[in-house]
Amino acid sequence: MKTYPTYILTRLGQFVLVVFIGINIAFIVTHSTPIDPVEQSIAAATQYGSTSPEAIALMRQSLKELYGLQGGLADQYFAFWRRILLGDFGPSLSAFPTPVSVLVGRALPWTAGLLLSSTLLTWVLGNLLGGLAGYYRQSRALRFAGILAMAFHPIPYYVVAFVLLIVFGYLWPILPLSGGYGMNMTRALSWGFIGSVALHSILPVLSLALVGLGGWFMGMRSLVSNIVTEDYVAYAELGGVKRSRILASYVMRNALVPQVTGLAMSLGAIFNGAIITEQVFGYPGVGTLLVSAVYAGDYSLVLGITTVSIVAVSLAVLLIDLCYPLIDPRVRAR
Amino acid sequence: MGRTLLDLLRFNRQFASGAALLLIVAAYACLSFFSPYAPNDTYVAPPDVPPDWTYLMGTTSRGQDLFWLLSFAIRNTLAFGLAVAVLSRLLALAIGLVAGYSGGLLDRALMSLNDTFIVIPLFPILVLFYFVMRDRMSWGLLALMMACLGWAYDARLIRSVAMSLRHREFTETGIFSGMSMRQILVEEHLPYVLPIVFSTTMNNINWSIGLEVTLSVLGFTDINTPTIGVLLYWANQHTALVSGIWWWIFFPVLLVVMTFIGLFLLAVSMNEYIDPRSRLGRRAP
Repeated sequence: MKTYPTYILTRLGQFVLVVFIGINIAFIVTHSTPIDPVEQSIAAATQYGSTSPEAIALMRQSLKELYGLQGGLADQYFAFWRRILLGDFGPSLSAFPTPVSVLVGRALPWTAGLLLSSTLLTWVLGNLLGGLAGYYRQSRALRFAGILAMAFHPIPYYVVAFVLLIVFGYLWPILPLSGGYGMNMTRALSWGFIGSVALHSILPVLSLALVGLGGWFMGMRSLVSNIVTEDYVAYAELGGVKRSRILASYVMRNALVPQVTGLAMSLGAIFNGAIITEQVFGYPGVGTLLVSAVYAGDYSLVLGITTVSIVAVSLAVLLIDLCYPLIDPRVRAR
Repeated sequence: MGRTLLDLLRFNRQFASGAALLLIVAAYACLSFFSPYAPNDTYVAPPDVPPDWTYLMGTTSRGQDLFWLLSFAIRNTLAFGLAVAVLSRLLALAIGLVAGYSGGLLDRALMSLNDTFIVIPLFPILVLFYFVMRDRMSWGLLALMMACLGWAYDARLIRSVAMSLRHREFTETGIFSGMSMRQILVEEHLPYVLPIVFSTTMNNINWSIGLEVTLSVLGFTDINTPTIGVLLYWANQHTALVSGIWWWIFFPVLLVVMTFIGLFLLAVSMNEYIDPRSRLGRRAP
């Protein structure tokens, strides 16, 4: 059995590898284009409105550097890495001269909050219901909940968000559809502002949760229904241990272990869903920023968001992995 | 295999309803071959007509008969999903079987690569890809790119089966009778992983169609090849919802949701067939 320090070291190694390969993919993708990206970006960015020649010269310079089109391929490669390690993606083209890092830094907390709240809610609720459904197989209500969760599960995030938008936007308009907080609000730590943020996050969180619930539900249900047949559960039942206790500490506790691994493995997909959902509801996070950056032809912003997402998601996965020994004592044991 | 499918069809409600849904969708996609219009013809019908007996699904603001247009769109969408699935299956099979069979350092290296592809958020990368390709972006290119990114999850599953096959007696027999690694993998191990490959294919088609719809709705693909996502993109461009052209949105969404649920039901019932324990659990009180 591995010890805890070795476990942490391997996870750290995996984290470094993920970031390394991810950034390399980004490099290959940006260098796979047959078109001259610099001129095209400038054309796209200056398409609307007039920009001064000095600004264009500055853009061209920074774009050339950013696309890494100066020097040989090896030089380009190292220049690419240098920018990423320093977190310096240059100025944004669409919001010239605000640096990309500032724009991404402003949007990241929104995405992180949305992702954290919806994932926690979905994971906890899905596992709880799934566990109950696996243990109390006769319950009609739970069976119905399972069918409902499964019906939403295969539908992609975009379609669910879009349908919710139609339902709550045109058919039954009771919730705010767009933005992260009320237009008339000042950003302050007041109850009004927090309430407004919470109200605006209901629809994005709901659409993420509707899609996400089914997976955890089904996973947990099948895990629990397998564990229930184990000898130690039968023994506990014969020994008169209370059923609620059996379910909580004998059955669910064991079934949670693979579900945590599952969470780490599906975080990338959940992140994809989150940024798509943001775009649908105009939530001021990374997803909305990414899509508007593409429309504005803002290369530095697109590249910045892509690399930051790769690092952020791998970091989140690393954090989950580091928490793993808390629920699986085998990793802690010598 | 044929008998199993027939049994599944007869005794498994999920499989039967999934197959029925997909059959309807596929039959509808085949109608596109009899369409009176070319897919990109516009203003062949009066615009914005609600569904009636002449135009079963109404017409779009661009003067297209939605019934025929949608048949082209679903055909392209299905073909896209299949193309991605077939290509990524090849990658997943090759990597999963080799990693599971060889073990050791090669296995560790391949699985590290595999985990990386699972963790990395693919959507921003696909957007970046569109961004550098722009007008050169095509249906096939996107399929190729997504196949290169979407093999990892299933390769891990295939590897876990291949690992257990490695220590079975018939593998040893094969080795001693001088079969090459390629022969063992293709002739001996492949048949065992095929059921899994089938079920993961369904999930993979779902995944790739979902991403394709998302990218197209945002306009991040070739917007001149009609797919379900491209249809929704044009509907949004013409603000179909605000102007009350609900059928332009409703029918594509309905059709694609039918596809998703059909594929998903097939995948779930196949899983049940692969893992008989859950079949037993079903009958237990």
